[in-house]
Amino acid sequence: MTLPRREFLKATSGLLTGLVVAGSPLALIARGPVWAVDLTVFTSSEAATLMIVARTIIPHDKLDDAAYALVIQAIDRDAANDETVRKMMKSGIAGLGSGFTGKPESDRVEILKEVEPSEFFQTMRLKTIQVLYTTPMAYAYFGYEGEAFSKGGYLTRGFNDLRWLPEVPLDDSGPMPL
Amino acid sequence: MAKIDFSDGNAVVIIGSGAGGGTLAHELTRRGIKVVLLEAGKRQSLESFSQVPGEAFAQLTWLDPRTQSGDWRGARDFPPLPVWHCKTVGGTTVHWTAAAPRLQPWELRAKSIYGNVAGASLIDWPLSYAELEKYYEIAETRLGVTRRNGIPGLPASNNFKVMYAGAKKLGYKQVHTGHMAINSRSYDGRAFCIQQGFCIQGCKMGAKWSTLYTEIPSAEATGNLDLRIESTATRIEHGEDGRVNAVIYHDSQGREQRQKARLVCVAGNAVETARLLLLSESSKFPQGLANSSGQVGRNYCHHITGSVWAIFDKPIYSWRGATLAGVVEDEVVNQPERGFVGGYRMELLTLDLPTLPLVGLPYGWGRDFASIMENYRNLAGMFINGEDMPRSDNRITLNSNVKDAFGLPVANVHVDEHSNDQAMRKHAKGQMAKMYEAIGAQRVIPGPTPPATHNMCTARMSADPKDGVTNAWGQTHDIKNLFVSDGSVLTTPGAANPTLTIVALALRQAEHISGEMKAGKV
Repeated sequence: MTLPRREFLKATSGLLTGLVVAGSPLALIARGPVWAVDLTVFTSSEAATLMIVARTIIPHDKLDDAAYALVIQAIDRDAANDETVRKMMKSGIAGLGSGFTGKPESDRVEILKEVEPSEFFQTMRLKTIQVLYTTPMAYAYFGYEGEAFSKGGYLTRGFNDLRWLPEVPLDDSGPMPL
Repeated sequence: MAKIDFSDGNAVVIIGSGAGGGTLAHELTRRGIKVVLLEAGKRQSLESFSQVPGEAFAQLTWLDPRTQSGDWRGARDFPPLPVWHCKTVGGTTVHWTAAAPRLQPWELRAKSIYGNVAGASLIDWPLSYAELEKYYEIAETRLGVTRRNGIPGLPASNNFKVMYAGAKKLGYKQVHTGHMAINSRSYDGRAFCIQQGFCIQGCKMGAKWSTLYTEIPSAEATGNLDLRIESTATRIEHGEDGRVNAVIYHDSQGREQRQKARLVCVAGNAVETARLLLLSESSKFPQGLANSSGQVGRNYCHHITGSVWAIFDKPIYSWRGATLAGVVEDEVVNQPERGFVGGYRMELLTLDLPTLPLVGLPYGWGRDFASIMENYRNLAGMFINGEDMPRSDNRITLNSNVKDAFGLPVANVHVDEHSNDQAMRKHAKGQMAKMYEAIGAQRVIPGPTPPATHNMCTARMSADPKDGVTNAWGQTHDIKNLFVSDGSVLTTPGAANPTLTIVALALRQAEHISGEMKAGKV
């Protein structure tokens, strides 16, 4: 992942890395076989915990770690820009207790339910949803084709290709403009 | 473009450039009237519209702080964003989804038809449907509304095919791709719709009507328009005679300016319009301008809304195609035996991948939430647009505890839902679920009440000055040269998406203002 110059000039606190899995949606868009996300506030261990938190809140098992890593990077950036966010996140991570990452999903869900009203949890939930579904990896994973203007819209690319229901009579629909 | 002097006391000042303000600016300037049009936002274009949903949201949305209160779900689910409208040249016509139905004749007589509804502040409109209809016809021609004047409907999308099949199973008759202000073929120098599915992000084809690229350039071409962007009105001033005579605003450089005015038209969307009238209080008008009745900001309506999604076992790709091009109109009737008064539409809905989980789905997380998203390809959607009950205490007030960038109190939006609203929403969500279940939906997911996009009735037209803020021309009861020109003037909301009605009323208001100015009455 490319980072703005400003981020490079800061001391790096941690790193999230991974391999691009062959055949995954990420493989279609990745530039190389490995990816890495630089962090300025969280340690590698804290970031790894946040990755598991994000994966517990919004679990898409087959969606690549790289997409979740972008969530953590966005939170890291917020924490770098705001001391109160940094403190809140750090204490939130500590509040999960030791061994959180190694626990089975059902246990992790229980732990997160206990902290659900907290700012830490609500920030993690909102940020995960806000960032995860905007990533190119998520677009590819969910089959979402995104903006269509550059490709001439969906008019000739499947906006009406559904065939498992009856066609709508012309009176209640309308003619193709082309 | 005209350059109108700050000290030109002959200028008409319009605040807001959306459906009401933009249309009014065109109508006045083409009649030779000099207009200063103040717009708080920046000017975008077909070229500059972002197609990244989050960026487009930031580019177009009014994000200045607001607060909210009351028992409505919007207060709980979207605390910082009670309403969702635009801050950009063209106003909310830039992000609107272009459904352009008319109100029904009986909807203008809500009080007479529904009778006394406890806890509601219903009144009848001060103008007849026959009077409004003349302007609906002009507005439909102006906007190029489909299924009117021989203009064909939009072709059916996948998402609509699902809605149609379900509606027909339930026996609904009035089901079609809608009366849309989206070109089904080239019209008025604008291109036809290529089914991008990005209506909310700004239509890069210009196939969807917006004052940004229709009324405003037409007004500029007259040579009578002085459009001032990034100019936020903060106060309307008046003279000792009680007539308004100037507008104070902050310009793009952050400087405070004072524009003299012969006449002022407020069209800042119902929340900001009410706020500006309240902010303009003075020793002569201690309750705010045009507020001797105490009705400014009251009776706030925003339609009963809420989405319903259904997961099928086959792909739909609902994101392909015009966002809202489909409607069931059979429930736009007043049948109290359903358990509520007033009617509702069911309208097609799709949301892009990043936006759906943020505003389309109920709060949740974990396996269940993720499983809905896993079915994004197979998801069909629609939503209810129904008439809500006006209530005196559902209102816009000034919240002095929170200040905007200029140090002024922000608007608080207070809504306590009427039991009629809840009964209607329940009925509509039940019907939508039945439609989807009738054609084999695996699961139906009722969505939350999203931030309000239809904001209305906060300066409503009334026959009796005690009941409202403006007369049948949007002219305030208290101040003859102060007008309201947006959805605030709707007397009651009806079940129609409001833009067409706002445009029709602006067309009618322009005739009135022009006549009054010629006659020397204002």
